[in-house]
Amino acid sequence: MTIQNPSVSIKHLDLAFGAVKVLQNLNLEIADGEFLVLLGSSGCGKSTLLNVIAGLLEPTDGQIWIKGENVTWAEPSERGIGMVFQSYALYPQMTVEGNLTFGLKNAKVPKDEIARRVARAAEILQIEPLLKRKPGALSGGQRQRVAIGRALVRDVEVFLFDEPLSNLDAKLRADLRVELKRLHNNLKNTMIYVTHDQVEAMTLADRIAIMKGGKIMQLGTPAEIYGKPQNLYVADFIGSPSMTFFKGTLKGDVIAIPGHDLPLGNYDFKERPADGTPAIIGIRPEHVMTGDNLRSAPCTTEVTVDLVEPMGSDTLVYCEFGGETFRIRMDGQAQVTPGDRLTIGIDPAAASLFDTESEVRL
Amino acid sequence: MANIGMLNAANAVTMPLGRTLPEGPRGKKPRKRLSRGNIIVYGTLFVVALYYALPLYVMIVTSLKGMPEIRMGNIFAPPLEITFEPWVKAWKEACTGINCDGLSRGFSNSVRILIPSVILSVAIASVNGYALSMWKFRGSEVFFTILMIGAFIPYQVMLYPIVILLREAGLYGSLTGLVLVHVAFGMPINTLLFRNYFASIPEELFKAARVDGAGFWAIFFKIILPMSLPICVVAFIIQVTGIWNDFLFGVTYISSPDRYPMTVQLNNIVNSVQGVKEYNVNMAATLLTGLVPLVIYFASGKLFVRGIAAGAVKG
Repeated sequence: MTIQNPSVSIKHLDLAFGAVKVLQNLNLEIADGEFLVLLGSSGCGKSTLLNVIAGLLEPTDGQIWIKGENVTWAEPSERGIGMVFQSYALYPQMTVEGNLTFGLKNAKVPKDEIARRVARAAEILQIEPLLKRKPGALSGGQRQRVAIGRALVRDVEVFLFDEPLSNLDAKLRADLRVELKRLHNNLKNTMIYVTHDQVEAMTLADRIAIMKGGKIMQLGTPAEIYGKPQNLYVADFIGSPSMTFFKGTLKGDVIAIPGHDLPLGNYDFKERPADGTPAIIGIRPEHVMTGDNLRSAPCTTEVTVDLVEPMGSDTLVYCEFGGETFRIRMDGQAQVTPGDRLTIGIDPAAASLFDTESEVRL
Repeated sequence: MANIGMLNAANAVTMPLGRTLPEGPRGKKPRKRLSRGNIIVYGTLFVVALYYALPLYVMIVTSLKGMPEIRMGNIFAPPLEITFEPWVKAWKEACTGINCDGLSRGFSNSVRILIPSVILSVAIASVNGYALSMWKFRGSEVFFTILMIGAFIPYQVMLYPIVILLREAGLYGSLTGLVLVHVAFGMPINTLLFRNYFASIPEELFKAARVDGAGFWAIFFKIILPMSLPICVVAFIIQVTGIWNDFLFGVTYISSPDRYPMTVQLNNIVNSVQGVKEYNVNMAATLLTGLVPLVIYFASGKLFVRGIAAGAVKG
């Protein structure tokens, strides 16, 4: 997919620390006003990529373009970016106001303009009563607001977020997540957001780039990533609990997994592989049907419940099936106990098939 | 009714709020003040403190006695008649070789050596530490290692080469030369101190400042330095006491008795061989010389401890 007038574009980016290649020939185009999330487990290079975009790390090769300008060699402050860090990184000896104005004073912005921008940022983030306080006297959520404010006053095109919510407790994280989304809806700036939290990624992103080993494994909308993972890594990474994978072989209209033949019915193949191809089928816990939904299931079978995890809103059931521990998500009201026999239904259209060798979606 | 009340009291402890607890231990566990462990700990501490403070006591007591009283030989006895004569004499009149104007000359020399040396070394070391921890450049680790090796080379090895260097620079024998020597020798330990302190400052703070358009000096003066009071105090104290107490460099690099620092002059007073040994004057002179570090410790002890534990200090 090519984007007209991308806000940020990363061209053939390489970064190596000595012999360790952290980023390899990475290409990425981010549209104007897009909310892009870089998602991956730790060490996948997502934060490194963000630092390169910010100009805090120098790439070994390749280019960074922001707003149609090649900024590969530009200083961080000249790139038209604002950045928010995980540890907030507020200047401890300055007041909130001092924190907000530090960058503007460095850029020699006129006084009345500084006052105007600080007032606007403080209003948007509702931190007016805090302006005279020092960061030490703020709570975690307030600090992160100030950190966002510091990016906001810079009046920049692109916002960079480096795991901004990871230091907050669960409730505050959920609240600020919603606020961030609202902020993006209002401001319509380009935002690049690094996280390892898939809930944040799914809820905030226009598009998600899932990274592993310095490469982008899949780039797509949350729905695409969730519904049609392009490879085994992405399929396994997204979803909590993750898909259960069964090794099998394609045979006509079914995939044969140990002890069972699952009909493939209306599975949307990219290209129908030959019979006898070894393949892996991944089924999400929430796509396994139970109870009333069974009527619409193309194929049903019976399993013995092994373990039950009630979570309130839903219930996770573990059982032995096809040689694997099969995870099933049931209704929170479901009454199941270990040892129960349970009828389940599987819809192959919602499942994902992968080539055993290349681990690419079939 | 009274009987019932008594029965209750016997079975349970009644609490003011009406809660009752079964009998037995509750709340804070009582501790004996005079337990064996406490006696051993406090006893040992007392003996060690006494052992450590005794010489100081003898010095103070002796410096306040007249010579006849000292000749009586009771060095632990408090003075029968307190006199400040020895202190005045040590400050104003004691003879060091040819000059007979006491320690006052040495004091002013030491101050003139101390102030520029401390300011220069702390200033340079803090910038060094900042550059080495936040602006890592190619070879910065090697550079740091070389600097550290400098800290482990015995001074004696470098004494003579520095004499030659100073002579060639025309600074041998001058206070300026000695200041330069002090600054150079204070560099490794102070750079290490600052570097390690700065390394504990989160890197993101530094990144945020760069995004905010601050350069090398702006970050140093506006962000890093305001956070560094504890470590500056530590470096300050280490330098003040080290330079004030220095004898070796003072005696090596100062050629004229007029410019000797206080320590060298003290040595000359104490070791002068003509006439009677005036113990009281010697002790008063020693105390006078030790006064500056003593005052520094008393004045900044708390900050010093906080700085030493600086790893735990987060902005």
